[in-house]
Amino acid sequence: MTAAADLLPATRNALSLLLLSMADDEFVIGFSDSEWTGIAPLLEEDVAMSSIAQDEIGHARALYELLADVVADGRDADAWAYDRPPDGYYHARLLDHPRGDWADTIVRRYLYDTADAVRLDALAGSSFAPLRDLVGKLRREERYHLMHVEAWFERLARGGAEPRRRLLDALQRLGPDAGTVLTPLPTELALDMAGILAAPFPELEARWRASLAAAFGHLDLPPLPPTRDPGTARTTHSDAFRRLHEEFTLVRRIDPEATW
Amino acid sequence: MIETRVDERTVRAALADVPDPELPVASVVDIGIVHRVEVTNEAIRVELLPTFVGCPALDVIRSAVHDRLAVFDRPVEVAFTFAVPWSSDRISPAGLDRLRSAGIAPPVGPGGSPACPWCGSADVALDNLFGATQCRSLHFCRSCRQPFEGLKAI
Repeated sequence: MTAAADLLPATRNALSLLLLSMADDEFVIGFSDSEWTGIAPLLEEDVAMSSIAQDEIGHARALYELLADVVADGRDADAWAYDRPPDGYYHARLLDHPRGDWADTIVRRYLYDTADAVRLDALAGSSFAPLRDLVGKLRREERYHLMHVEAWFERLARGGAEPRRRLLDALQRLGPDAGTVLTPLPTELALDMAGILAAPFPELEARWRASLAAAFGHLDLPPLPPTRDPGTARTTHSDAFRRLHEEFTLVRRIDPEATW
Repeated sequence: MIETRVDERTVRAALADVPDPELPVASVVDIGIVHRVEVTNEAIRVELLPTFVGCPALDVIRSAVHDRLAVFDRPVEVAFTFAVPWSSDRISPAGLDRLRSAGIAPPVGPGGSPACPWCGSADVALDNLFGATQCRSLHFCRSCRQPFEGLKAI
């Protein structure tokens, strides 16, 4: 399938939901990370977090553009990104937590990036060519994000009493929501049938949990808990997200015609 | 002035004058982002490969390509595509030399370490995987004690 027009209605709906979940994930984590610009604990990390956030917002834009083509209801990428109420967003609950401290940020990024890498692997051979092409490009960039966050995760885990305590606290807060990135979408059967996704989400989640179990064992960290309330993994959002939404829609609400 | 001869070769030659906005010592041709050039009686179509998905320079590049090709007096269509992923392997040897002369080390694989573009020493440290633009990283040469930038291998 090379064009959105070739898709059957059920496939189109399923693909739209997948693209929406991925775009919202990248958009929300990108915007959250950009909150460190100017106040990161080290100058080097100020630069790194800003650059990573810029990458993620760019990934979100490309995914929203693809979504706009597939849905084809007249909304462009900006309309998808900015013109929905908070409850209309479909990101994973892992990304709904407030920024917190540096350990929260590193843990959130680590859990998200490792899960996202498994999701991208499963899309690398997708039957929908525009998504396959984009994923090929995203994976080359995400590799750098992974290298960065894995180094920090390990640094906190082995960094002595306080860094380790903060890491454990952050894992306790975020751990129960970690699995929400790979919680099955309601339309996943259609994705499997159309060859858009290489394996069903439960299989991807098992793969991700196995690789994480090895890494956690290596760092002597407690195992990740199962997902809390998977039924609302992407549908109920926190007050922290509502505040973030207020902020990232501010310019759009003041001047809907604003351009770069 | 209007150029009368319009074919793929003359269009590519013209594009060799368009600097990359974030690496202005090199052109868009040097960087390897010019993918397909198609010239018909109706239009000139240029397909470009973004170096990074979220590269903020894309709109600037698009308008610079439009401006440069205006001499051919034919409608110009510029499109970006991911059909072929841009890779740092696409930078031409001349492009690598130009980058090095501006203090930007050529890309080496992730985990690899570039030679200092100023003195050639291999005794360098990675300061930051992320730099002033998405495509660059930050390094320090222990031999000549100068900081320098490297292009990320993508």
